[in-house]
Amino acid sequence: MTNHGTGDEPKLHGVVAEYTTPDGLLEACNKARAAGYRRMDAYTPYPIEEIADAIGFEKTRVPLLTLCGGILGGLSGYMLQYWVNVSAYPLNIGGRPLHSWPSFIIITFEMTILFAGITAVVGMLTLNGLPQPYHPIFNHPRFASASRDRFFLCIEAADVKFDVADTTRFLQATSAVDVAEVAD
Amino acid sequence: MEHAPETKSSETMERLLPGQSPVLLPGHTLETITDKIVSIVLRRPVTLGWVGGFAFFFGLLNLMLLAMAWLFIRGTGIWGINVPVGWGFAIVNFVWWVGIGHAGTLISAILLLVKQGWRNSINRFAEAMTLFAVACAGVFPLIHTGRPWLAYWLFPYPNTMGVWPQFRSPLLWDVFAVSTYATISALFWFVGLLPDLATFRDAATNPVAKRIYGLLAMGWRGSARHWKRYESAYVLLAGLAAPLVLSVHTVVSFDFAISIIPGWHTTVFPPYFVAGAIYSGFAMVLVLAIPIRHFYGVQDMMTMRHLDNAAKVMLGTGLIVAYGYSMEAFYAYYSGSLYEWFVLKNRMMGPLAWSYWCLIIFNVLIPQVLWIRKVRLYPPALFCTSVVILFGMWLERFVIVVTSLHRDFLPSSWGMYVATKWDYMTYLGTLGLFFCAMFLFIRLMPMITIFEMRLLVPQSKLSEEAAHD
Repeated sequence: MTNHGTGDEPKLHGVVAEYTTPDGLLEACNKARAAGYRRMDAYTPYPIEEIADAIGFEKTRVPLLTLCGGILGGLSGYMLQYWVNVSAYPLNIGGRPLHSWPSFIIITFEMTILFAGITAVVGMLTLNGLPQPYHPIFNHPRFASASRDRFFLCIEAADVKFDVADTTRFLQATSAVDVAEVAD
Repeated sequence: MEHAPETKSSETMERLLPGQSPVLLPGHTLETITDKIVSIVLRRPVTLGWVGGFAFFFGLLNLMLLAMAWLFIRGTGIWGINVPVGWGFAIVNFVWWVGIGHAGTLISAILLLVKQGWRNSINRFAEAMTLFAVACAGVFPLIHTGRPWLAYWLFPYPNTMGVWPQFRSPLLWDVFAVSTYATISALFWFVGLLPDLATFRDAATNPVAKRIYGLLAMGWRGSARHWKRYESAYVLLAGLAAPLVLSVHTVVSFDFAISIIPGWHTTVFPPYFVAGAIYSGFAMVLVLAIPIRHFYGVQDMMTMRHLDNAAKVMLGTGLIVAYGYSMEAFYAYYSGSLYEWFVLKNRMMGPLAWSYWCLIIFNVLIPQVLWIRKVRLYPPALFCTSVVILFGMWLERFVIVVTSLHRDFLPSSWGMYVATKWDYMTYLGTLGLFFCAMFLFIRLMPMITIFEMRLLVPQSKLSEEAAHD
């Protein structure tokens, strides 16, 4: 990660503000975005769609990936059955056609669901960069409450507009109950 | 912040009928929700009751291991199966267990898609129930093959024998349907657990526990970007799991309906199997939920509302099942087929008539008490009704499997079916496996979805002004 910060002694991950309500966090996100900050992330104990929009993350590629996975699964399911029953191991069962497509529908359907489901989960984890053994945000002394009842906004040092003093002042002007620097 | 977060509570509270209890009793905040669910696992000491219950079911589980060891030594001849009844207990139990799993997926997937907030407190353990029930179900076809160490032959893989599976057989459809169902259920369960495992990691004081939950949480940090992708994947998984609820038992019913055995070869099988699955599944949900909410004091999260709703689902699906029975009888008459008609008469008046009439009493007559509001709101009565339904649904599969097979076309090939002690031991053993797994799950994992419960707290909502900025 490149650091566009002031280049002072300890490398900074960013400045983190803590909020007690989702409203406070959303307001701060909107303000930060209006002030020109782009490299930031918000941390909440449960999903809040508006927050992701407010920090400028509006579109995810998970649905597209899932669709591709589903199509791939369906095609490979059908083609496997076709190949096995028609060319690799043809069996005459009561004179019925080798390519008995109605019999193939169920496994095609199951493979569609299976591939789409696995793609959705693996895709979500991969795009999220999980599993991730280390992340600097955990250096924040009270970050454990982000999975309980608190809301955090981190403006990262990688932001062009980032300046420790300015950004700290900016976050203190929001309804934050605490503003702290977090080491990288 | 100028305005208090409680100001919006009236809007977020649902409209209640007189005397109806809410989905989450008032007084909860984000802190109390988290602390209460976390404390069940991380702060509460292991009680004697838990140890006793676990030991009992562990004993049952060992009964299964014993029965299976003997089975592997002697073969399936130790069971009551023989020509003409080749399917016996193994298939009865398989269908029963798979069916039970369905309620978990219905609750977690379909009720999520139709935005039923009351599902949030019961979906986690219902999903666990699905997983364990499918595991129990999986045992039976596996050991019924007689040579379970060759079960991988069912999967299409290139092999030196040059043999491939037959994709026109419903039994192979079943392999794919059940294994897909198990995989998707496990994924759904794990994805749902991820944020809660992070909560456990952050709340754990024991360093070993902290490390294990930390590993399982995979570094989840509640980032807004992550949540967005997470929600997207979660809803997509729900959308993918929803047709599975309907398809898995449909495919199971094809095992029967595609054949030409009288009593099996009917088009009513798929819908009536699915309804029966959800019926028995909700009965199992109640059998688990009623003691859990009592012993773990979570009546404020699993309220009477949940019990009431589950009872109503049972009543509805029970009526569909009853309709299925009447249609089966009607088809037998209307088909004009001598054999279909005989199977019906044999079910009602033959040597196994007791099983048919017990089934009607357990599955159709007794559950009608659920029309009475007082019964739905009195947990002990609801518990007993659910147990009766579980028995009834087991008998249904017994009637379908055994009475159709034991007397089919040729009287010279008729036979009788009597289960042996090994059959019973294996069946009781899977009950042990199921409840052992549930006992461990309750002690080790958040049995109520914490992050989804937070969404039910008024404090978690954005105020109107903030949301429209």
